[in-house]
Amino acid sequence: MNTLKERILTIIEKNSRINIAELAVMLGTEEIEIANALQELEEDGIICGYHTMINWDKTGIEKVTALIEVRVTPQRGRGFDDIAERIYKYPEVNTVYLMSGGYDLMVILEGKTLKEVAMFVSNKLSTLDYVVGTTTHFILRKYKDHGTIMSRKYEDLREIVTP
Amino acid sequence: MREDLLCNKTVGLKPSGIRRFFDIVAEMKDAISLGVGEPDFDTPWHIRDEGIYSLEKGRTFYTSNSGLKELRMEIAAYLKRTQNMDYHYMHEILITVGGSEAIDLAMRAMINPGDEVLIPEPSYVSYQPTVILADGKPVIIELQEKNKFRLTPEELEAAITPKSKLLVMPFPNNPTGAIMEKEDLEKLVPIIVKHDLYVISDEIYSELTYGGKKHVSIASLPGMKERTILINGFSKAYAMTGWRLGYACGPEQVIAQMTKIHQYCIMCAPTTSQYAAVEALHNGDDDVKMMRESYDERRRFVLHMLAQMGLPCFEPEGAFYVFPCIREFGMTSDEFATRLLKEEKVAIVPGTAFGDCGEGYLRISYAYSIDNLKKALGRLEKFVSSLRA
Repeated sequence: MNTLKERILTIIEKNSRINIAELAVMLGTEEIEIANALQELEEDGIICGYHTMINWDKTGIEKVTALIEVRVTPQRGRGFDDIAERIYKYPEVNTVYLMSGGYDLMVILEGKTLKEVAMFVSNKLSTLDYVVGTTTHFILRKYKDHGTIMSRKYEDLREIVTP
Repeated sequence: MREDLLCNKTVGLKPSGIRRFFDIVAEMKDAISLGVGEPDFDTPWHIRDEGIYSLEKGRTFYTSNSGLKELRMEIAAYLKRTQNMDYHYMHEILITVGGSEAIDLAMRAMINPGDEVLIPEPSYVSYQPTVILADGKPVIIELQEKNKFRLTPEELEAAITPKSKLLVMPFPNNPTGAIMEKEDLEKLVPIIVKHDLYVISDEIYSELTYGGKKHVSIASLPGMKERTILINGFSKAYAMTGWRLGYACGPEQVIAQMTKIHQYCIMCAPTTSQYAAVEALHNGDDDVKMMRESYDERRRFVLHMLAQMGLPCFEPEGAFYVFPCIREFGMTSDEFATRLLKEEKVAIVPGTAFGDCGEGYLRISYAYSIDNLKKALGRLEKFVSSLRA
């Protein structure tokens, strides 16, 4: 990874709306360099998307996020990969991590209601071969997500003019 | 009130140009500012955490007058690794309440009535008043944009008289963003030595230099350590302005006198801040690098926008300011800044707040988010086009 790419990633991770021309100015290079770097980063699967951080709590739209610990029996020669794939193919599944510690896979799920999530766990997840147990935790409130504090608006606390 | 109640010297000090501007800005609720002389970052959390921890542990007492031994040792180690200089933590380092106190102490420890102090301008607002309060005579050296606002040997030589004693070296510079490179400093050394001058080197922005040009302290040049008071602090490098912590390093005889004044006037720098600063020097290099890179991006961004609106501006290589020239509009800096504020609601400090020779310039701070810079400079561009129309 060269420094230009690293700098680009650092900037757009915080603000993906900065455009190519602005990035070129900020990093002291040509637009074509930035465009090429971005394309490579996308092709290499390093940039995986340009999502928007949304605080759904404030929209009044009902959403439930659950964090599910899944214990599974690894398969000979395949480890956890196949079972993880079976799980992440469900569109309602947001995130799947392989974990060290007391359980194997962490699955983050978004649904409209508690019931919908519960149904998914009992009907789909628990019934999969190799899944030996699940524990479901519901997220009550997001304080900080992806490095962004959800509850607080940025406020410049400095005096307006100082030497 | 009796007529002679107030100190004539103090009454005679010019009110700060910034203060006057602040009073106008404070009235305008929706103005956006590019006028701030401090970082927009919060102090990195691990540094704040160390301050909090010191309070939890009950470290709420005075430290020694010179400051915590651990902190002085960290400062010595920092100057070794960044400037390859050897300062002894026992006798050559004093912890102060910000760089500002160190400037004041240095003036008071060395000036006798009538001694002349050479001050390059435009520069930070406190050099002249502290010289006057110490009964010295400020002698201004007007820096030129054509020299990238660096101090040249000719300018220095021309300002020296038999009464010259001290030279203030304010680099990297607030408000111009100018730096002095090693070759520039080397040309000054023979003149400084020949006239037996001492240097007060205000290096508060030393960590903020760009384009791979590392700050060089004049004290690190041969023969200069013994005639330099090096002043630095934590405000700019670690975004710790409110902690009020700085330091002075220099010859034992001078530091001893500075410590004496400090001991009577201040006692010691805030203890909580000192513990936090130990952490800053010990584990803060990555934070400094991150902030430096971020400032550099904004510096390029601002220069680009100024170029687009056709405002001439030399490329600053330090601090977080740009200093564009507005002479073409035939207004004073003050008029320009006031009209800009009233018409477009953008607060930018007039160059004259940093010395008379700042006339014709503005100081734009880029210690703001890109979005804020974009918005404020967009308004400046609109104002500039309306003036040209």
